[in-house]
Amino acid sequence: MPTTLLLGTRKGTVIIERKNGRWQPRSILHAGIPVCYAARDPRDGTLWSSLDHGHWGPKLSRSRDNGASWEEVLSLKYPKGARHIVQYMPTPDFDPMAPAGQPEYKDAAVYKIWNIAFGAESQPGRLYAGTIPGGLFISDDGGDTWELNRPLWNHESRGGDLFNGDATSENHWSGTPASVDYGVFEPGIHSIVVDPRDPNHLYVAVSSAGVLESCDGGHTWAVRNKGMRNDYMPDPEAEWGHDPHFVTACPGQPDHLWQQNHCGVFYSENGAKTWKKVSQTDAGVHFGFPIAVDANDGRCAWVVPARADSERMSIDGGLFVARTGDGGQTWQTLRKGLPQQHAYDIVYRHALDAAGDCVCFGSTTGNVYLSEDRGDSWQSLGNHFPPVYSVRFG
Amino acid sequence: MTSHLYRFFPQLEHLSIRVPAGSVAEVLRAVDAMAPGFTDYILDEHGGLRRHVRLSINNTLVFDRKTLSDHVPEDGTLFIFQALSGG
Repeated sequence: MPTTLLLGTRKGTVIIERKNGRWQPRSILHAGIPVCYAARDPRDGTLWSSLDHGHWGPKLSRSRDNGASWEEVLSLKYPKGARHIVQYMPTPDFDPMAPAGQPEYKDAAVYKIWNIAFGAESQPGRLYAGTIPGGLFISDDGGDTWELNRPLWNHESRGGDLFNGDATSENHWSGTPASVDYGVFEPGIHSIVVDPRDPNHLYVAVSSAGVLESCDGGHTWAVRNKGMRNDYMPDPEAEWGHDPHFVTACPGQPDHLWQQNHCGVFYSENGAKTWKKVSQTDAGVHFGFPIAVDANDGRCAWVVPARADSERMSIDGGLFVARTGDGGQTWQTLRKGLPQQHAYDIVYRHALDAAGDCVCFGSTTGNVYLSEDRGDSWQSLGNHFPPVYSVRFG
Repeated sequence: MTSHLYRFFPQLEHLSIRVPAGSVAEVLRAVDAMAPGFTDYILDEHGGLRRHVRLSINNTLVFDRKTLSDHVPEDGTLFIFQALSGG
């Protein structure tokens, strides 16, 4: 059973530890600073928090002594010459079928370090970070220095190599509303999956573009959106333009991947070669942000459904988790111990996690709930946390 | 400077920082030499002022936010402010 939980919250990093059968939070760390993601490197125990300073720019913070002391890592920056095509928030009269105008270019700056992922056991010191505006950064020295993955940054789906000139292909990456707080509308990488069988096998998920796969350690990338649906676009089955909210894979069966977006829950059992929609709208399983998969059984996943993308709250005032054990053919709603009246929680994309029989989630209402029996029953770990952005066992 | 920066650079607290006259960029680089990483808080990776930061030389707001070429005279004082918001 895991014994530690890490929360990234609007007011700092919260560590909750299980001692003598009880989960107890420590005093908040990075007090007052928004933390959009916090996780522990399972290889060496280092804690990582992504600080989302409103004023001083995004920073990574790490602790090698289990949170007693922290040091900031300042080296995650775009290299000189890194540019991207400027995106603009669609207006109500936006016509997605209208011919694109001339692209405008902008020097890249990091707005948000949205996700941190860890390399395989065979790659000590290998770390990944995904940013707004759509950069994948890689470190091979434990986070001391970072390098932009240029094949993904220069991908033909983004206009090609803008270091060396103007776009040579059409840009298919659009913005995420998660970037609007920074005064921009740019894409973001929020999910990074490393295949435990082969550390050169990677997936990233981009809002808004979709899923890309690399089988050669990030030297080349290919789109993996076949079977996805984007019901609000003129062509719902278009190759690009998808908005995965979070993508995760089963560590024990890495060809089993899951995601949820505006248009449903999607499952792949063939390494993202194809996706199939496995929503069950009559059980409320349709819209939501986070998704977690069992460590060993790729058919078993959890979601925290919400009402709709236009109404981001619990369904009918009752908070519940839905679980499938058969690859999404059927879903079971799990409500025991969760509030069933006047609950309006929404759970963000990184704020649900599973480890062994434990499942935990936190909401922007500041509630954190834990199950130690795979979701059958829930206990509250606190109802007055700051808005929760991420929950990770570690 | 805004006292909030002392949280990250405690070595600067209670100091009256004196550096040679020069451009705003040169002054900030001199402070960065005393407190490594300081400019990462004030400037983005292109060397421009971050969106929520304002600088003034005495009572005059710094005009060139992009390359920080405004001149800080020998007897001038560079002030660093931040916007605070949210809850």
